[in-house]
Amino acid sequence: MHIPDGFIDGSTSAAAGVVAAGGVAVCLKKAADTMQEKQVAMAGLVSAFIFAVQMLNFPVASGTSGHLLGGVLAAVLVGPWVGALCVSVVLFVQALVFADGGISALGLNVVNMALVTALGGYLVFRLLRLVLSRTNGGVVVASGIAGGLSVVLASLAFTAEYAIGGTGGVSVTTVFGAMVGVHTLIGIGEGIITALTVGVVLAVRPDLVYGASDLRRELEVRPALVATSGGMR
Amino acid sequence: MRTGRRAGIALFAVGAVVAALLLAAFVSPFASSQPDGLNKVAIDKGFDHTAKHSAVADGPLAGYAVKNVDNESVSKGLSGVAGVAVTLLVAGALFGGIGFVVRRRMNAPSASRPVGAPG
Repeated sequence: MHIPDGFIDGSTSAAAGVVAAGGVAVCLKKAADTMQEKQVAMAGLVSAFIFAVQMLNFPVASGTSGHLLGGVLAAVLVGPWVGALCVSVVLFVQALVFADGGISALGLNVVNMALVTALGGYLVFRLLRLVLSRTNGGVVVASGIAGGLSVVLASLAFTAEYAIGGTGGVSVTTVFGAMVGVHTLIGIGEGIITALTVGVVLAVRPDLVYGASDLRRELEVRPALVATSGGMR
Repeated sequence: MRTGRRAGIALFAVGAVVAALLLAAFVSPFASSQPDGLNKVAIDKGFDHTAKHSAVADGPLAGYAVKNVDNESVSKGLSGVAGVAVTLLVAGALFGGIGFVVRRRMNAPSASRPVGAPG
């Protein structure tokens, strides 16, 4: 979903650049306020992993591919603020080194693929956690569904940007229908990859999953009481 | 499912980096090369012609290919390895910097935060 230069006019791209810079600044502030020691290394790993998996375009509908955006994955692993920064780092490297996504469009791309997915997607994740079981399984399912929906949210953000400053003169309703349609399919892939990855980390190092830290806190109080049933999970 | 035993953080980190490198090096050449969702919409609906070449389109790794490496798979795989390394460096600088700021603040005598209070 990397927007190249030209799809959105210059003034809209510049305005998105300001919004993105403001959003990243808020994330930096929040990260500095809340970041834990172990999250420093984790954030680097999450960034590198998302870069790698973003290269893996999977086929969706006829002649179309999609790839992981990673915002919800990052947010569930390291929290929404640090998570948005992880994806922003990836987008920065992609735009400047790999010519993937325009340079004038970097602000648009950070808004859509880092801020909307990590912050908006994490909100969806939290809402889902309220109705799903308070277990690792619940966290995995919530991650997957939120991941999938985050791709649709990002496609809506692009549609809004196209409505404001789109070039090429295509009607907004046309762009809306096409974008939401194809990104619903891509969202299924995003959901699967997100759920699988969160599931693996929960299995090996559950303490490194920010989005499941409420479960851990309960478990940490209990072990002495349930030592005999230690084989349950 | 494994219980109790947690992988050490170093082992976890090595595992994550190795997974990223393997995916970028050996799986990325098999990724679909069809246009992604946005590009497909642009082509189908007719606004793809408004795309401009990136200012860095002639860079040594532009388009996930290493300049002067002719074998497409090797070129993409190598670019992926380089990308994982660059991402680790940039992320390491950013998050290491944040970690440095956080640590300094926690070590500094602070009137607003009593000793032992949760950070």
